[in-house]
Amino acid sequence: MKPLEFLEPKTLEEACSLLSKHKEAAKLIAGGQSLRPIMRHRLIAPKYLINLKGLSELDYIKELSGELRIGAITTHRTVETSTVINQKFPILAEMERSLGSVQIRNWGTIGGSLAHADPSGDPAPVLIAIGAKVKVVSTKDERELPLENFLTGYYETALESDEILKEITIPYLPPNSGSAYLKEVIRAGDIGIATVAAIITLNSKQEVKEAKFVLGAQGTPPIRATQAERAATGKRVGDSTEDVAEAAAKEARPQTDILGSVEYKLDMVKSLIKRAISLSITRAHAD
Amino acid sequence: MKQILKIRVNGDDHELYVDPRRSLAEVLRNELGLLGVKEGCLTGYCGVCTVLIDGKSVKSCLIFAHQTQGKDILTIEGLATDGQLHPIQQAFIDHFAFQCGFCTPAMILSMKALFDENPNPSEEDIRIALIGNLCRCTGYHKIVEAGLALAKSKN
Repeated sequence: MKPLEFLEPKTLEEACSLLSKHKEAAKLIAGGQSLRPIMRHRLIAPKYLINLKGLSELDYIKELSGELRIGAITTHRTVETSTVINQKFPILAEMERSLGSVQIRNWGTIGGSLAHADPSGDPAPVLIAIGAKVKVVSTKDERELPLENFLTGYYETALESDEILKEITIPYLPPNSGSAYLKEVIRAGDIGIATVAAIITLNSKQEVKEAKFVLGAQGTPPIRATQAERAATGKRVGDSTEDVAEAAAKEARPQTDILGSVEYKLDMVKSLIKRAISLSITRAHAD
Repeated sequence: MKQILKIRVNGDDHELYVDPRRSLAEVLRNELGLLGVKEGCLTGYCGVCTVLIDGKSVKSCLIFAHQTQGKDILTIEGLATDGQLHPIQQAFIDHFAFQCGFCTPAMILSMKALFDENPNPSEEDIRIALIGNLCRCTGYHKIVEAGLALAKSKN
């Protein structure tokens, strides 16, 4: 690793100032669970690390003005074990339980994960399906944007060189909703080979009124499978979901890599989305 | 250029001058001689570097040492008190839950973190808590058995 200086701002404001000063010469570090390995491999070599881990002002989960707000430095473990999240956003808790291991979740942060923008990252597809927005802040400005607009490419985000991701805001799920985050892995806690986030809302006749499907591990930012969503509308428990699976497979864009071929991953997407629909409808009934 | 790092390790306070590039694992091993903290994959997968920070299990190879300013760290060396083994250490002995022993310090610390949070874990709870700790020797069976026996004896 190239030599660097470790900077410890005491407040978010101070962190913004430091970032404004050093810009591309600096990298923000939250938990560093993803950052440290890529620095050790010399993929990046910042001269300054601006430590956000100590900013307790960004470590919170709170309900405010009809939304849930999560501070960027909140650990995965805090999200995983939060009562309000388990009760009102179970898909988030389900996603966190599948992420890495307890040790990773104890130190890594949900904001750090989003800012790192690993295409196979777990939080992004789930948060996109939920309709999350993110707030980013600099010394000059504060702006809010939908998460799908924040994630712009392969390990790329819409963050300017002087901006810090501050908060994630999440609207409540409509009543009669069920959700599932399914992840195909070799071993528990692994990176996903194929991942599907599903949120389904039923109408009074127990038919799918609205479906949201987001595909992760595509080598790109997560993909919203809108055709699959359309195909799922009107379905009831027990209906065939083959058409939904076929639509999702057409919208998926996985790449062949060490975890599997394109063909294998497309098969997984079909399999996962069928199970995700079934699970989500069952869970919506259970409400 | 080295920077000051103040940490508490196994109950003792230390003031060290540490290169900002160093991981917590490197500092514990090289500055403090705590070789019970192992280095394996260095990518956060194998878990042999597991230590407890403020009671929570973390992978010390994945953490820049300077992020632990002012924190309370426990390694395997700090587990036994006054020569008395911790019940988890005794359970590992009683149930032959180690062979080569390389993963063992980390396994024990992960197990301790689990029991401190959940005094009556099920088998599933134990297996989930140990996902981040790989063992190439035992197949995990005796490790899980040690945990279950401990749970039974406490509850």
